[in-house]
Amino acid sequence: MNISGWGRYPAIDADLYSFESEKEILAHMGASHEYAARGLGRSYGDSSLARHILTSSRYRSFLHFDGQAGILTCESGASLEEIIDCFLPRGWFLAITPGTKYVTVGGAIACDVHGKNHHHDGCFSECVESIKVMLANGEIASCSKDQNEELFYATCGGMGLTGIILEASIQLIPVKSAYIDQTTIKAESLAEVFDLFEEHIDSKYSVAWLDCLATGEHLGRSLFMKGGHRIDGRLEPDKKKYMSVPVDMPGFTLNQYSVKLFNLLYYNRIMGKSKEDVVHLNGFFYPLDNVLHWNRMYGKKGFAQYQCVIPKEVGKDGMTRLLKYISDNKRGSFLSVLKLLGKKNRNWLSFPVEGYTLALDFKMDDTLLNFMNELDSIVSDYDGRIYLAKDSRMSAGFFKQSYPMLEKFRSYRSETGAAEKFNSLQSRRLGL
Amino acid sequence: MHVLILGANSDIAYAAARKFASTDKASIHLASRDREKLEKKKQDLVTRYEVDAHVYQFDAENPETHQSFYDALSDKPDVVLISFGTLGDQKESEKDFSKALKCINSNFTGAASILEVIAADMEARHSGCIIGISSVAGERGRQSNYIYGSAKAGLTAYLSGLRNRLHKSGVQVITVLPGFVKTKMTEGMDLPDKLTVQPEKVADDIHNAYRKRKPVIYTLWLWRYIMLIIKMIPERIFVKLNL
Ligand SMILES: Cc1cc2nc3c(=O)[nH]c(=O)nc-3n(C[C@H](O)[C@H](O)[C@H](O)COP(=O)(O)OP(=O)(O)OC[C@H]3O[C@@H](n4cnc5c(N)ncnc54)[C@H](O)[C@@H]3O)c2cc1C
Ligand SMILES: NC(=O)c1ccc[n+]([C@@H]2O[C@H](COP(=O)([O-])OP(=O)(O)OC[C@H]3O[C@@H](n4cnc5c(N)ncnc54)[C@H](OP(=O)(O)O)[C@@H]3O)[C@@H](O)[C@H]2O)c1
Repeated sequence: MNISGWGRYPAIDADLYSFESEKEILAHMGASHEYAARGLGRSYGDSSLARHILTSSRYRSFLHFDGQAGILTCESGASLEEIIDCFLPRGWFLAITPGTKYVTVGGAIACDVHGKNHHHDGCFSECVESIKVMLANGEIASCSKDQNEELFYATCGGMGLTGIILEASIQLIPVKSAYIDQTTIKAESLAEVFDLFEEHIDSKYSVAWLDCLATGEHLGRSLFMKGGHRIDGRLEPDKKKYMSVPVDMPGFTLNQYSVKLFNLLYYNRIMGKSKEDVVHLNGFFYPLDNVLHWNRMYGKKGFAQYQCVIPKEVGKDGMTRLLKYISDNKRGSFLSVLKLLGKKNRNWLSFPVEGYTLALDFKMDDTLLNFMNELDSIVSDYDGRIYLAKDSRMSAGFFKQSYPMLEKFRSYRSETGAAEKFNSLQSRRLGL
Repeated sequence: MHVLILGANSDIAYAAARKFASTDKASIHLASRDREKLEKKKQDLVTRYEVDAHVYQFDAENPETHQSFYDALSDKPDVVLISFGTLGDQKESEKDFSKALKCINSNFTGAASILEVIAADMEARHSGCIIGISSVAGERGRQSNYIYGSAKAGLTAYLSGLRNRLHKSGVQVITVLPGFVKTKMTEGMDLPDKLTVQPEKVADDIHNAYRKRKPVIYTLWLWRYIMLIIKMIPERIFVKLNL
């Protein structure tokens, strides 16, 4: 069947195999070809694509919950949405969550995802107590930060290339409310939003939505948002109805004018300099999840995400150059998100390093790949790097230069036989 | 409330088990052939919904065990869902009748056998609800799957008769007619996106039919009309179609 990541580029013809038990995975893996693992397919590019794909869609049991410690053990196909639905009413929430809840625990580990609290709490692997992995030879190994550490550091952020993640025990955090105290502050320029990130470094959650078509003195104009959990005892789920984009929108509906208009409206959503709200955590963490299939907005050809990080010391210069290049080329991105990331962790391929990360969406067209290569060279000038979970086109050269632990990861993969058994289009492209 | 699910390793059945556990906090009794898988589902239900769950060995194709299986249940069910079945391979069935028989037994004979036992008990208790999952494939035989289709046609007729019989005892009988559902049964098949639903959707429809006491449901609802049209095609034209 025809299959792609969330960006719908690239798409390939693949066979998908689901499983319900270790036995069934082994039976699949007996065949001589190589496999990619796949969860809910929310990585944007080709991380979960291969001719043969093992999907965790039917491997999602909750196995145990320690209600004292707040530790959940579940199979890798369980989604963050299911975890929230089940445990928020009981006063528990995810310690780390990306900007969508439609991802699996396996995918969150394999990409070592980060959230709006990265500057405080780090990546998803911080809340992972232990993982069970099926290796290339069919053996099942457990690992954690202090047992079988190499497997742990390689698997968290390892893009499914060390083996099939079977189960994980994850630490949830206690919450007293399903609501967030949110403050939104207008920043007129990049300098201003950088200052806001520093000034509010103590806030648990922070992020900024950026208007990437603003130019001149308004370059970097954005809405800075910070938040923290309320303690009002209201634990009820969100009642909001979902909208859905039912069909592919014609590609022309998204152009620099509509993006400009959207950004203007978005930016002027708040009248004064700043605004305080109480919002449900669904709306705070997952604003895009309210529109199902929003990726169809970009039309049939799909789109590409571009997420880079630029080290803090040179963050302002690097971002200024990037944003200027984008607005000079009139490349509108509907969703441009800026965030200050905290310290890097010990995992070999995890994306975050201390600095500023920018995530942008671009509609796919003939000239986009060249344009993104230009962005790469700017990022490279500042010793930055690209997030594998969003990538569909980076060059092997740039990847090698920006991920210094790559060699170690590679040797680990050949030693354990994973290099022959587990591969995605991305791992082939980047020589992972 | 006690819900007994026969063929509980079916993806549709399990989605229904979760629905009854989450909305009614029902005790769930899971019966099927593969006990190892059932144990994991039990753990899942207990962890997610903090309900009681139990596991039993059950083989629909062994009718002689059905009475003792049911007698051994300490909690007699308020709701029974029959969800076992196999699609079989039409071409194989044409070559080897034992394969055809297996398809017929796992979809029809086995269901009739266990339901006779359950119906007798519910009739005596003057309460209960029986939900049988049949298929739109039973609405008109087609060359590509008439062994499966005729077994389901048998099941649909059986459920209709049973509903008629149990009406006066106040026992509810629901016939569920799914179209295409994304489960392990249809894995690898190229199904039309717009007409194919997730098992959770079927589970919601089943639960809704239970609450609203509906006798027959199509899921998706559109299948009612698709099948109406297919049934209206005159036989002399139908025989020529490559269906
Ligand atoms: C709207 C949106 C917002 C997002 N926001 C953020 C964000 O804020 N922060 C962030 O970090 N990311 C973000 N992402 C990216 C997303 O969180 C990651 O790509 C995540 O890994 C997707 O999980 P998945 O289950 O869909 O995995 P897939 O996309 O299916 O797979 C992702 C990778 O995980 C591997 N994998 C999946 N399951 C297994 C398994 N069982 N065993 C081994 N390997 C496995 C795959 O091989 C692949 O390499 C966002 C994505 C979207 C669509
Ligand atoms: N999927 C569809 O598109 C579709 C469409 C219309 C109708 N249906 C019907 O809906 C029902 C459920 O379908 P599904 O797709 O959820 O099926 P499924 O996931 O393939 O599961 C079928 C289950 O039936 C059980 N089973 C088979 N033979 C059995 C036997 N002799 N005794 C006990 N259990 C037996 C198996 O249990 P074990 O694993 O324990 O062996 C298996 O897990 C079936 O009756 C099917 O015909 C399905």
